[in-house]
Amino acid sequence: MTTPMTPGIQSGRLSADALSRNFEDLHAPLDAHEARVAADRCYFCHDAPCMTACPTSIDIPLFIRQIQTGTPEAAAKTILSQNILGGMCARVCPTETLCEEACVREEAEGKPVIIGQLQRYATDTLMAKGVHPFTRAAPTGKSIAVVGAGPAGLSCAHRLAMKGHDVTLYDGRAKAGGLNEYGIASYKSTNDFAAREVAWLLEIGGITVETGKMLGADLTLDALKSDHDAVFLAVGLGGVNALRIEGEDQAIAAVDFIEELRQSTDLTTLPVGRNVVVIGGGMTAVDAAVQSKLLGADTVTIAYRRSRAEMAASPFEQDLAAAKGVRLMFNVMPTAIADGTITLEYTATKDGKLSGTGETVTLPADQVFKAIGQTLTTDAGLKLEGGKIAVDAAGRTSLAGVWAGGDCATGGEDLTVTAVAEGRDAAEDIHAAVMGA
Amino acid sequence: MADLTTNFLGITSPNPFWLASAPPTDKEYNVRRAYEAGWGGVVWKTLGSEGPPVVNVSGPRYGAIWGADRRLLGLNNIELITDRPLQTNLEEITRVKKDYPDRALIVSLMVPCDEDSWKAILPMVEETGADGIELNFGCPHGMAERGMGAAVGQVPEYIQMVTEWCKKYYSKPVIVKLTPNITDIRNPARAAKAGGADAVSLINTINSITSVDLDLMAPQPTIGGKGTHGGYCGPAVKPIAMNMVAEIARDPQTAGLPISGIGGVTTWRDAAEFMALGAGNVQVCTAAMTYGFKVVQEMISGLSEWMDDKGYTSTADFIGKATPNVTDWQYLDLNYVTKAKIDPDACIKCGRCYIACEDTSHQAILMKEGRVFEVDDSECVACNLCVDVCPVEDCITMVELPKGELDERTGRKRGDYANWTTHPNNPSAQAAE
Repeated sequence: MTTPMTPGIQSGRLSADALSRNFEDLHAPLDAHEARVAADRCYFCHDAPCMTACPTSIDIPLFIRQIQTGTPEAAAKTILSQNILGGMCARVCPTETLCEEACVREEAEGKPVIIGQLQRYATDTLMAKGVHPFTRAAPTGKSIAVVGAGPAGLSCAHRLAMKGHDVTLYDGRAKAGGLNEYGIASYKSTNDFAAREVAWLLEIGGITVETGKMLGADLTLDALKSDHDAVFLAVGLGGVNALRIEGEDQAIAAVDFIEELRQSTDLTTLPVGRNVVVIGGGMTAVDAAVQSKLLGADTVTIAYRRSRAEMAASPFEQDLAAAKGVRLMFNVMPTAIADGTITLEYTATKDGKLSGTGETVTLPADQVFKAIGQTLTTDAGLKLEGGKIAVDAAGRTSLAGVWAGGDCATGGEDLTVTAVAEGRDAAEDIHAAVMGA
Repeated sequence: MADLTTNFLGITSPNPFWLASAPPTDKEYNVRRAYEAGWGGVVWKTLGSEGPPVVNVSGPRYGAIWGADRRLLGLNNIELITDRPLQTNLEEITRVKKDYPDRALIVSLMVPCDEDSWKAILPMVEETGADGIELNFGCPHGMAERGMGAAVGQVPEYIQMVTEWCKKYYSKPVIVKLTPNITDIRNPARAAKAGGADAVSLINTINSITSVDLDLMAPQPTIGGKGTHGGYCGPAVKPIAMNMVAEIARDPQTAGLPISGIGGVTTWRDAAEFMALGAGNVQVCTAAMTYGFKVVQEMISGLSEWMDDKGYTSTADFIGKATPNVTDWQYLDLNYVTKAKIDPDACIKCGRCYIACEDTSHQAILMKEGRVFEVDDSECVACNLCVDVCPVEDCITMVELPKGELDERTGRKRGDYANWTTHPNNPSAQAAE
């Protein structure tokens, strides 16, 4: 029988029961009583710092007050009118560095109002009732292409549909949802939530989804431009940065592992190494490492080349990893992968430049994941900036009639919530452009 | 530790915390538990005349309002006086008093407004050995419709008459419990005194509808689709009760008449406040009904700590100490000036002071870069709203402007005491001699 100690990359290290427990909701949903108790802690601040900290500017004090007064459906409408993916954001937002960090209760007691969980309570309540609270405006006769059905694309498509436009939503993969569907740790989006949310979002009507259509392969920007009144690109970052070390071919992209896990229907068949090493320091590194551990890997190490303070993953994510038994190593960079081991060299920063100290350590590593950032796979002939499609504040690219947002475009952090905001705001600008002057 | 022994009308109890006449004091079982928990005294739930007892509803008797986290702030009830036979109650009272001689035991009474009814019940009560009686002239529902309770308490002449009968047929102290459902509490208190009452206790409950069931479209508690006004009590009524206590305490016609303070006493501090305003002791009900009899332990320890801290060795040391400072508005010093001051270190930046002042008051708080809130003394009228809405205690304080200092708002220096009676804007001002 396979156990965590079984050498090599193996499936079935844990029983089906243990796996199903391990991949339960990270935070169990609040029940009505818990929500009322949590909501009562909100002070209904003036010009609330939490709202300012939210990239989609959800009116948090208002929605929490609506929960307090027994109207979670009204709360959900407050949330969704600003952020149509409020349900997913409630699950995946790093609230500890956004709204909850800004909460005055954090300043007062070091314990913010649990805004994320309250948002989930409200949006779940509405979605459980099968209500889609928005309706379309009169048809405009305009047709808009949205390329990429991730958070930015979905948000843009919904807002455009609401304005009465006809939207064609293209995506290269088999399912819509983007990173919500393929790229987020599974314990943050249980019970197929990403797909259910997409289905619910599409209830607005006026959005035609065309999957299996990849920009650069199946679609060209020229054709899209000529077939539609405007184009919004939200193609994400499809490439993965290379380690550029000996044995690179033995390293797997963490995003691929996460995707395989998310799409798996039977986790007992999903193989994982006995000794896993994840290279990187962001959310993807943590998601891959924690899930490796939850799958039954015996040891899992995150190796990050800078210090803990510089780690992109939030302290909450770091603690989550540590609590699940992941070892966090700092100031180490990989130099070679070979024969089930990885060699790491210690690093130091001198004059602002990171370099190896010469001292190395070799760890057993049946499986190495690289999670050191993703790259744009197609520029579609647009002006780039720092490896991303250059856009202005309204999401306009260098080409008239083409907008872009989400991870593929400049501006904001690469977060679901930021992508939603960019998609929504681009939709408003597209609407003004196609209807206006 | 301060001695909390309190003498009220010659009745000594180990502390000033009595349970008010109400459901918690309806029977021997509860009263014994209360004494065991430490209550200094008990006013037994109101007894009625001999004969078939009253009948209560069998649907909900209580309605409530809540604060944050469903903390109960106000309770109302439509329960009547005891629904157990008179003899049962009298026997239990006798037994309990015998077993707890050091605790106060008062019997609350409500019988029809005729001399014979009182003449009949009082000797039976006297026989129990209880320390005194309390006349329930306050119950606002059910009994009032039968000419008792508040129906008596709202007519000072009846109060006086019944009190006189009680003093005639009963040898021990007579406390008259007053209803707040009147326009001027001083009149019934004066009537009680005129009738020979040894003390008044107040307040009884306030006419109220706590909530409406929006599906049934009926007041709550709802009995078969209908509701009626109930008697309101709990923390929410404390300000109303304290004002009435103070009115009686400072009324020259009733000054010195002992008062048992009732209305929302929940903590030691509430008790200390009632007593500072002139109550010789306090009676508690809702706090016990919310948290159980154990709450008295906090009241005892808290009052004792506070007395030690202040150097009071007996409750008599502070009873009525705040009464002389209760005055009429016209005697307030119109030259007294304070200004709000916000402690930036204590501030959690919620902005509630700012928006309260900006939207609803005097635009005297400035919101500066980085959510720094500052008071503009040239606009601050010292209303105190910012203090009241701030979630952090003592973050905003009212700082007194010393005499002779300039009030930036009025452009005048703070002067000596002067009140409305001599103010130039007062058409009936008296020129200072």
